[in-house]
Amino acid sequence: MKHYDVVVVGAGPAGMACAINATKHGLTVLLVERDDFLGGQLIKQTHMFFGSEKQYAKTRGIDIATILKKELLKQDHVDIMLDTSALAIYDDKVITLLNHHDYIKVKANAIVVATGASEKVLAFPNNDLPGIYGAGAVQTLMNVHGVKPGKSVVMVGAGNIGLIVSYQLLQAGVDVKAVVEASDSIGGYLVHAQKLRRLGVPILTNHSVKEAHGATALEELIIWKLDENFSGIAGTEKRIETDTCCLSVGLKPSSEMLRQAGAEMTYVRSLGGYVPYINQNHETTVNNLFVCGDVSGIEEASSAMVEGFIVGLTLANRFKNVPNFSVLMTDLKTQLKDLRAGETGEHIMKGIKQIMRGDHHA
Amino acid sequence: MRISSHPILKFNRDKELSFIFDGRKLVGYEGETIAAALHANNIKVLGHSSVKHRPRGFYCAIGNCTSCNMIVNDEPNVRTCITLLEDGMVVKTQSNKGELK
Repeated sequence: MKHYDVVVVGAGPAGMACAINATKHGLTVLLVERDDFLGGQLIKQTHMFFGSEKQYAKTRGIDIATILKKELLKQDHVDIMLDTSALAIYDDKVITLLNHHDYIKVKANAIVVATGASEKVLAFPNNDLPGIYGAGAVQTLMNVHGVKPGKSVVMVGAGNIGLIVSYQLLQAGVDVKAVVEASDSIGGYLVHAQKLRRLGVPILTNHSVKEAHGATALEELIIWKLDENFSGIAGTEKRIETDTCCLSVGLKPSSEMLRQAGAEMTYVRSLGGYVPYINQNHETTVNNLFVCGDVSGIEEASSAMVEGFIVGLTLANRFKNVPNFSVLMTDLKTQLKDLRAGETGEHIMKGIKQIMRGDHHA
Repeated sequence: MRISSHPILKFNRDKELSFIFDGRKLVGYEGETIAAALHANNIKVLGHSSVKHRPRGFYCAIGNCTSCNMIVNDEPNVRTCITLLEDGMVVKTQSNKGELK
């Protein structure tokens, strides 16, 4: 059985950053990725990122994936396995993998779970009709494969993903009939909302989907107004003819593997779902089992990347001495703090306080 | 339903691949997933649910939800949203849980 210092599960921004920092400081690393490419969801992000220069602000997500990939491929002690799903983590830090059709066992001193998140679904009659997709799914279809989801779209959810994907749908030549938002205000950045408004896309707040209709795929969507308790108001129904509906109603951490590995978990609404208790080093209640990125709380790619660098550096210093460790770590922690400034950051920090334990390995 | 021109992206469509979907011969491109190739051919129904036989399309497109499961070269439960198209593939809609051989 092959033995590595660190096995990282997931090659999105968090996993790649973690692998880069761990191997840069002398550790042997195996990075496993279910897809047959590196970069995770960055590969469909055509918009420019916010944040500061250190997290490649003003760079498109697709280009950040390329930067991280180049950096990773420069390193000598990292093995990369694509088309590989991690199956289970055992107490002795053996991790089982399915590489295409081959079953493999690998041993590690530490395992980092950076499996990201998946899109939530909204409950309404006939929400299972083909033509109703996650907004991220449509982004993949358009931006990775160059295929349009349909002729027209109704976007449900006016958070950043909903707004950005709506704009990208317009760029791809799809008619965006409306953006429907259940709350009384737009959740995403106004700069994204303004772009849509300038192009004549109505953003309907206090609205949601009542039901969908179609013989074998979506043909029409009935939307209606919501009262202050988020219940639909009878008589306010509007019929929209459309072959596509995108649901952009939030993400939930893909944290199943952590529960299987025995990490103590809890439900935190502001972090998107079930997340592990962690300490300052992002270590779960299981010794040498770490997390970084959306799997421990929904944020964005920039903070996922910084968390990845933090965990990689932490591991490097645990197994090999990193001479300027405290300088490097202080810089990363400052970057993370700056990214979490502002209203959204406050909301996330409240969630993180609920899972942060100072001393569970003391 | 392919994007012909895009302000930011360029799509590589150098190599054409042919495949069979439920007995029909269709064309896709190297580098795209089975689900994307079907979608480009206006095919959204990839299977049916095993109990109520309701039509199923993909939902997440990143391999999480299994709503896109199809029978590919006689192998059931293939997540077509993350499986790349290959020349000569035989793809069928799936309407049960798949059978062990």
